[in-house]
Parts: sequence; structure tokens; C-alpha cells
Amino acid sequence: MCDQTFLANVFGSCDKCFKQRALRPVFKKSQQLSYCSTCAEIMATEALHENETLASLKSEAESLKGKLEEERAKLHDVELHQVAERVEALGQFVMKTRRTLKGHGNKVLCMDWCKDKRRIVSSSQDGKVIVWDSFTTNKEHAVTMPCTWVMACAYAPSGCAIACGGLDNKCSVYPLTFDKNENMAAKKKSVAMHTNYLSACSFTNSDMQILTASGDGTCALWDVESGQLLQSFHGHGADVLCLDLAPSETGNTFVSGGCDKKAMVWDMRSGQCVQAFETHESDINSVRYYPSGDAFASGSDDATCRLYDLRADREVAIYSKESIIFGASSVDFSLSGRLLFAGYNDYTINVWDVLKGSRVSILFGHENRVSTLRVSPDGTAFCSGSWDHTLRVWA
Amino acid sequence: MAAGPAPPPGRPRAQMPHLRKMERVVVSMQDPDQGVKMRSQRLLVTVIPHAVTGGDVVQWLTQKFCISEEEARHLGAVLVQHGYIYPLRDPRSLVLRPDETPYRFQTPYFWTSTLWPAAELDYAIYLAKKNIRKQGTLVDYEKECYDRLHTKINHAWDLVLMQAREQLRAAKQRRKGDRLVIACQEQTYWLVNRPPPGAPSVLEQSPGRGSCAASRVHMRGDFYKQEIEYCRRALGRTRVKSSVCLEAYLSFCGQRGPHDPLVSGCLPSNPWISDDDAYWVMNAPTVVAPTKLRVERWGFSFRELLEDPVGRAHFMDFLGKEFSGENLSFWEACEELRYGAQAQVPTLVDAVYQQFLAPGAARWVNIDSRTMERTLEGLCQPHRYVLDDAQLHIYMLMKKDSYPRFLKSDMYKGLLAEAGIPLETKKRVFPFSRRPRHSSPSPALLPTPVEPTAAGGPGGGDGVA
Repeated sequence: MCDQTFLANVFGSCDKCFKQRALRPVFKKSQQLSYCSTCAEIMATEALHENETLASLKSEAESLKGKLEEERAKLHDVELHQVAERVEALGQFVMKTRRTLKGHGNKVLCMDWCKDKRRIVSSSQDGKVIVWDSFTTNKEHAVTMPCTWVMACAYAPSGCAIACGGLDNKCSVYPLTFDKNENMAAKKKSVAMHTNYLSACSFTNSDMQILTASGDGTCALWDVESGQLLQSFHGHGADVLCLDLAPSETGNTFVSGGCDKKAMVWDMRSGQCVQAFETHESDINSVRYYPSGDAFASGSDDATCRLYDLRADREVAIYSKESIIFGASSVDFSLSGRLLFAGYNDYTINVWDVLKGSRVSILFGHENRVSTLRVSPDGTAFCSGSWDHTLRVWA
Repeated sequence: MAAGPAPPPGRPRAQMPHLRKMERVVVSMQDPDQGVKMRSQRLLVTVIPHAVTGGDVVQWLTQKFCISEEEARHLGAVLVQHGYIYPLRDPRSLVLRPDETPYRFQTPYFWTSTLWPAAELDYAIYLAKKNIRKQGTLVDYEKECYDRLHTKINHAWDLVLMQAREQLRAAKQRRKGDRLVIACQEQTYWLVNRPPPGAPSVLEQSPGRGSCAASRVHMRGDFYKQEIEYCRRALGRTRVKSSVCLEAYLSFCGQRGPHDPLVSGCLPSNPWISDDDAYWVMNAPTVVAPTKLRVERWGFSFRELLEDPVGRAHFMDFLGKEFSGENLSFWEACEELRYGAQAQVPTLVDAVYQQFLAPGAARWVNIDSRTMERTLEGLCQPHRYVLDDAQLHIYMLMKKDSYPRFLKSDMYKGLLAEAGIPLETKKRVFPFSRRPRHSSPSPALLPTPVEPTAAGGPGGGDGVA
């Protein structure tokens, strides 16, 4: 019989993967750490700095994410609908189409309101971008882009210009002019350059900066005058489909959502991702901040809309119903944040009570999927654009 | 021919989760106990088993999902449009009639997600079968497709015709009832995957998204290192208890509810409903007499006050009385820098320095020494965020100190008392006559609006009429 030597085992939390394991001492850059045997083995096979195998990095990322979820769950002491029990239920809502804007020859893909609360810009699959006074339903400007599928458009805060882009991988700014002799396309400025389609764009607080999101997986901030790239934001693992600027007092962050099912909050100044949320089961089509800036809602192809709180750092509500099968393509809040309007790919618009989590109303009218939805700046109405070539203003 | 980009190859159930969900619904509809009532349907001389009526489908959906009949009809229509249920009598029209019209459930073999993607060759065979079976049954667009396919896969045309004849021969050996059913099923499949011109293609997708998301992921070491870095940072962040955050929503919604036109209506009337733009006139950005609700909002948060040009101007007046107007001017200048053109940055930084920060400056702002030191250092290499620290300091000073005093001041109380509540517009006598909708000058026509200056009160001129 041979002698058997036993190692004294120390149990605890591994310094690398945080799992409860038998630990052994390990030296990394002359610092003593306690690793579990798996991590120690991994470290042993690692070379200095380079050649960390993809698998080990992946598992480290996974385990850190797990720990993060645990931390988030610790402070979750109550659900939103429980807290909202004492809030009065909303009355019956009668919302009707008050204006129908006809004029696009093909699917309407995107729209945005002007700060004057009545003008809108809309873009469509055939490359046409139209500016309407939606109160009178008059068309005021029309531009034909050199590309099809103009998936993003935005109105400048001053009301003097519009931005749009799509399959041309660019974002172009057109100053609006009423001069009959001037061709709007002549003064066009090419601002953003991406390596894949442009999915969303938005001016910041002025006409001079634009934030864009693209199918190449990045977002970027541009100076309109010079076309210079001011900051780029990398981190999404797939196409970025939507973005929204935060209404905070210090105005420095924005949220983006993508095909990697993640919603990420970015610091505009440093380009770093500040917070990320990954609870959706499919592509996130639309994100919008809650009016206070402390939360944001997202609409996804998994047929749910979710509310994420930034201070609690977690998802706090899911808006879904068994009978809603199609993805939500666009979401927006009413002025007080009590109502969430969501347009779906089954041609309907559902109105949700944000606090109670219940559906207040379902609106029919469009004859093809609703692709875009925005509440007007003063909250008196909201406008929806659809693949049925029309836009509708509801109130 | 279906317009738009071709549907993506690969795993349709993953890319289109709604298909999977519809399939679940349809399967539970066929449950022998809990599903829709099945019956045999007589079609001319044949009897087709396992048929359901449109009305029963709608009723089942209403009960199962606890929804209104309108919504159930819509959901049923969507199921028919996607070919999961097909009509027996009028198989060309994929429409749900909520009455005695008979329908049947599509066989899983012909589900869009099973037979994916619809192959050109199969379509050619299908059209050839129709053509052979009875000359002239091909509808216009089908004839066009047939001719086009004939040109396109001319090299394999013998195969197409041979397959078509073989399938027709095999079909003849089946019972008439089965033959009818299979023909209906196949027709439904092709109506969904190759819709006639004018009919919406339910399978159309936005371009670019089709390509599997996973293929675009940069699954390199950098990606994971970034994730690990992010997680480490996130673990160190302080979080707030859910109960505190959620209570905040309740108070926010409660406070803003009366100000939300879609929740509480608005006075005198919602312009979109009444066609009267009086509401916009009364609430124009620079108006002499703001409404009561508007003045109330200035008390909700400092941000609300600053965002309203009228509110900001009154606040500037108030600060002027306290000899701290330069704080707000400094903040405004910093905003201009942050959101201004890149080319203007050095000039603006210099201007701000000269006016607000230099020793002995005309409108010197009082910043603590540490922030001042840091800012002055940063000025050697001016960039648009160089004044962020100083701006934040002054902003917090105004928010914590001047703003609360403004709200308690006689000036604010006076404004609140003066502000009026508009009367509700009387309902029109003749409800069918439409009020003329006034147009308004486009902001693109007006000269660039001037920011409310430190010197004056609210900018001159009313808003749009």
C-alpha cells in the first residue's frame, strides 16, 4: 500500500469565477489570488496577455453576467403592478384617427415630429421623404433620395432642416427651403458614413449634431457642419435598430437597441456603455425613454414591450398578452408617462397602462404593419406610419 | 410576384417568432377536447371531415384569450392570411368570414416555416400541374410567372413537366375528398408564398435583418473582453431598491396626469379633435400670458423651468434682481458650446472664458477653486466638454439655491395667480360641418429665433397664429 498525501482544501469564492469551489493559491503579476481548479488550469494554459482562448473568455463573461444578475436581484423587493394597486384605473379610452396622410407611393418606414407640434417628416421604401403640415394634411416639401428603404428620418430642433438615410449607409441633412427655384437636393449635406444601412438617426439639442445607429452594429455622433465623426459607440453584437436620447438635465446619455436582443445605455462623452439589459427574446425594434429619464421602454419582435429602470438597473415590467403574437415595431410614451403606445406588425396599435401593466385599448385602422409611432411634442396626439403607405394621427 | 427582398434562408422560426406562436395557437385549436368544434362539411358531392366554421373560430379565440370579438376576428384573419387556416369554398381568397363559411386547418407539411423557403422549382411544378390539368386555369399573374420561370429554368423544364405529370398521376389514385383537400392546401401555401400582385405579402421583411444576427457578431476576443470589462464595472455600481424607483413612477405620473392631453384632455380643446388651434396659440413658445397649467409645470423640476422659454426668461429676471444672472448666462453659453458646431469650439471656449471665467471678467461666475483650477487647466486644449465640470457646478447651484427661492418668491406666486385657465370650446352647433383648419407658417420660413436674452423679458412676437 502506498502512502497517500492529502492536500488541505480551502473552500471559498474563487477570485476569478466567483463560484464556491476548493481553492488553491495562484500568483498573477506577483499578487496572490485564490482560484478554483478550473480557473487555475485555464490560467496555466494562458500565455501572458495574448492567446486567452475564446472559450475561456466566453465562460468568464458568462459567469460575470450571472453574478451581475444575482446582484441586481438582491434589491428587487416589489413588482410594479403591486405598487400600482392603489393607483386609480384609467377610464375608457376613445382614440380615433383624426388625420390620414396619403401621398407616399410605398411603405412608410419612419416619421418624426417638428417642435411646432404639427409638422412631420416621413420617409418611405421608394426613397421619398415628405414634410407635411399634418394639421391641414398639406404636403410642404418632398425630396427623393437616391436610395430605397429610407429607414430613418428626423426633424431638426429649429424646424429648418431634416435628416434621413437608409440603404445608402449614409445620413444626409437637407435644409428646408420654400424657394421654388431651389432644388432641395442641391443643398444636401452628407453627414454620416456607415458600413451598413442606417436604421435610426436623431438630432441632439441643436441642429449641429446628429446621432446615428446602423446595421453595422455601431452608433455614432457626428458634427453636421463638417461631417466629422465626434464619437463612436461599439458594443452591440449585431445590427443596431433604434436609439433615443435621454431627457436628463445633464443631457449626456442615450439608449440603443439591436438585433442582439440587448438594450445599451451609452455615455455620449466617453463612448462607453454605461448599462446594458438583455432580457428580450428577440430583436429590439424600438426604444424610448420614460419622460422623467429614469427608465426606458423597448418594443421587440418577441411580441412584448418591457420597461427597464436605470436606477434599479433591471427590467421592472413586461407588457404582453397571449393574444398578441406579432412583434412590436415602435413604442412611445404619452406626456405623463402613464400610457405606452405600441405599434405592432399585425397592423394594430395597443395602448398600455404603464403602471398597472394592463392593456387599455387596441386600435385598428392600418391595413399593413405599423412601422413607426411617435407622440407629438406637446402630447396632444400621436402619429403612426405603416406599410399600407399612409400615416395616421390619432387623438 | 412578391415585391420586396426575398425572405431570408435559414431558420425561419428563429427569425420570425410570430410564426412559431401562430403554430401553437393553431395546434391548440385542433385539440380534440379544448379545441374548436370540428364537423364534416359537404362540398357538392364530397364530404370533407374536420372542417370548422369561421364563426366558431372567432368564438373560440374570444373565449380562449378573453378578448373582444373585433380583436378575435382580427386575429383569426391574420391566421388565415398566413395560411394556417384555409377556406374550403373560396380557396383563392384568404379571408376569415365569421359565419357558417367552412374552413380547415393547414397540414403542418405546408406550414410556411416547415417548407422554407418556397422554392422556384416547386412553384414551377405547381403551376405546370395547374396548366396541364386544365388549360386556362392559370390566372394572369400566374401565367406571367409561369412564362418567366419557363425562361429562367429552361434547362430543367423537362424535369418540371415530368414531376408535374407524376404528381397528377399519383393524385388520381387518391380518393376525391383527399385530392380536393390536398389541392386546397397546396393552393393556400402558394397564395401565401407567392401572393398575387396587389395583395400584401405577409412574409416580407425589412432588408438586412434577414441575415442571421449571429453571423454579424464579432465573436473575437475583443468582444468578450469588452463584456468582461463592462460586467466588472457594473458589479461595482450602486443600485437603488425597486420599491423606491417604482414609487417615483407613481408620483411622476400622478403629478403629470392632469397635464397630459391624451389622459386628461386639454383646454380649450384638443386641436386634433376640434380642428381649432386655439390650444397651440395659447401655449405658443413665447407668449405673454402663459396658462395656469404651464406656470404650475415650472414648479415640477428645474429642468421644466429652463426648457420653457417663458419660464426661463422670468427666472432670468428673478436672478437679475438677486444679482446672479450671470449664472444662467454662463450655463446657456456652455450649452451652446456643447451642442454647437465643431468648428466653433475654440472661439466659443475663448469667449466664455473672457466673459465669465477670467480674473476680473465682466460677468464673473463663482465656482469653487478646485473646479476652477481643473477648468483653467483644460482650457489649454479646448474641446466641447471642457466646461462640463464648471457648468454642472453652476447648474446645481441654481437648482439647489436660486430655484427653490424663485418658487417661493412673490414674482412666481404672482405669475401663478395671474395665469388663467382657458374655457372649454363650446361644441359646434352643426357637428358635421368642419371648422376651417388654419395653416401656420413653417418654422423654416421664420428667421432663426433668438434665445431669450439676459436683458429683456420674453422675446417679442407671438407664436404661430
